[in-house]
Amino acid sequence: MKERNKTLDAGLRGLDCVGKLLLILIMAFPFFWMISTAFKTLAETLAFPPTMLPESLQWVNFTDVFKTISVGVYLRNSIIVCVFVVILQYFIIVPAAYSLSKYEFRAKPAFFALVMLGQMIPMQITFLPVYFMFSKMGMMDTYSALILPFISNPFGIFLLRQYFMQVPGEVIEAARLDNASDIKIMFKIMMPMAKSALITLGLLSFISNWNNYFWPLIMTSQEARRTLPIGIALLKDADNLQRWNLIMAGNLLLVLPMLGLYIVASKKIRNAFVYSGIK
Amino acid sequence: MSSISLRNVKKSYGNEVVIENLNLEIRDGSFTVLVGPSGCGKSTTLRMITGLETLSGGDIFIDDTRVNDVPPGKRDISMVFQNYALYPTMSVRENIEFGLTNKKIPKEERQRRISDVCEIVGLTEYLDRKPANLSGGQRQRVALARAMVKQPKVFMMDEPLSNLDAKLRTQMRVELINMHKRMGTTFVYVTHDQVEAMSMADDIVLMNQGKIVQQSGPKELYHNPNCIYTAQFVGSPQTNILDGQLPEKMKLGFRPEKVRLHPVEAGINIPASIQTKEMLGSEIIYSLQTPYGVVMCKSEEDMEDAVKVTMGVEFSSMYLFGADTVRLPFDDKARAAVSAVFGGPSK
Repeated sequence: MKERNKTLDAGLRGLDCVGKLLLILIMAFPFFWMISTAFKTLAETLAFPPTMLPESLQWVNFTDVFKTISVGVYLRNSIIVCVFVVILQYFIIVPAAYSLSKYEFRAKPAFFALVMLGQMIPMQITFLPVYFMFSKMGMMDTYSALILPFISNPFGIFLLRQYFMQVPGEVIEAARLDNASDIKIMFKIMMPMAKSALITLGLLSFISNWNNYFWPLIMTSQEARRTLPIGIALLKDADNLQRWNLIMAGNLLLVLPMLGLYIVASKKIRNAFVYSGIK
Repeated sequence: MSSISLRNVKKSYGNEVVIENLNLEIRDGSFTVLVGPSGCGKSTTLRMITGLETLSGGDIFIDDTRVNDVPPGKRDISMVFQNYALYPTMSVRENIEFGLTNKKIPKEERQRRISDVCEIVGLTEYLDRKPANLSGGQRQRVALARAMVKQPKVFMMDEPLSNLDAKLRTQMRVELINMHKRMGTTFVYVTHDQVEAMSMADDIVLMNQGKIVQQSGPKELYHNPNCIYTAQFVGSPQTNILDGQLPEKMKLGFRPEKVRLHPVEAGINIPASIQTKEMLGSEIIYSLQTPYGVVMCKSEEDMEDAVKVTMGVEFSSMYLFGADTVRLPFDDKARAAVSAVFGGPSK
């Protein structure tokens, strides 16, 4: 009986392992295919049956990307937009989360509901009025049009509020007795305590803005204000043969900085969801 | 040093009244302990003095200055919290220094005060550690140092010893008494532990249901309780109350340590049998079954379990309480009534 149980256990464990491997494969294969294609020649991308690995590494694809589109301009725009969104959003979400977690005021539930509503309403509903607003204000093709709509981040407010709620009230009271103003309490006490959450939020919002395709597409028409995802999309040639090796090389360029960022900050991201005060 | 005065102070949360009408004088330089059961309003009172809680009515004066509208940081008060409330991301030095920086005290002066205070509480070698890397006792010291370094007019403590183990608690009690002597500042200390209150205070404020039941020195509180509540709150085991025998619903009280296991001359003598015996080392606690109910006795006499004895209590050790539980004078008339009911002195 014991022997049978052991065999059953081993079988289940094996099945579990195979299942997990299969999941990883499903997730990782498109990524692998992108990298592989980025290094192939155009002829190899079209060959049938397809090759898994490139016959020889075509670094020239990357220089071709730089020759085809103005990577420098797009990259600069993407960095400007993402950095400003990340910095400015802290000025909105930190005070909002602080007041929603540590202050009692009459309309607090209503304000919180409003924040949550912001999270629940899809962008497809709000983009048209926002588009018209920016258009009427003559702000099309400006950095503001790409930055301002994203500096209030309902998910960020929610996550940080939950985090702040775990901070004992006595810590804030002790700071009050130490003659600290609310601004000081926020910057010197709460923000350092929520460092992991803040880094994660910054990273998430950096990534989502970095990858944002739709919004820059509708808000910009000039090359000078376009961001990297739009630029990479320009590599697609609607009239001629698709140069998949160039498109994938462009995508790799787009995704590499984010990958690097994630690897550096992955530990902080995992910590962001756990309060780490003094036990 | 400062005196504190609470006049007609009220506190309510919505419809729930926590403190109805509190009048309290805390003497300049005293070690005043607010003591009472959970929910009696002692912590609320402390928090109102610090300014962390607003008043629903009345006034608070510190040194004759009305402080109702003064923010906590400007009241010149330091507080030690039950859970210490240290800033987890700051080092010990930064924790202690934070209040001084906010008060814009010059750097040299800050350094001098920090090293002085750390010398006193024994934290010098831990200055660069984070609170998470300290033991409970060390965190407690950081909290004390953070409060002391501001050289406040009033020093508040909200159950600061309750997170420590018994041995460390006893040690810290002695240190707090010494600290009070050295600083000479007004200390206001909140606890639910009567032993802490009795051992440290020079003035005890016993509270119940948002009201002050009795305010006096520890000796007076112990020997001269003004009602049954006080008599039973202070002392362990609690004061015996014999109820239902005396006329006019009067009640008779006496402390377990005043019960003798033999007849006495100027007092009452009641037949009893020993029910249980708890050996505490220096003394023994007996529970005695009498015709009037169970009576607790604390004695050094070692008696056999389950034997019959005559239990004696002297008149001088008795408290008489009225139907409303308030203490009555133990005069000749009362003595006669007690003798008539419980049997007089042994012949």
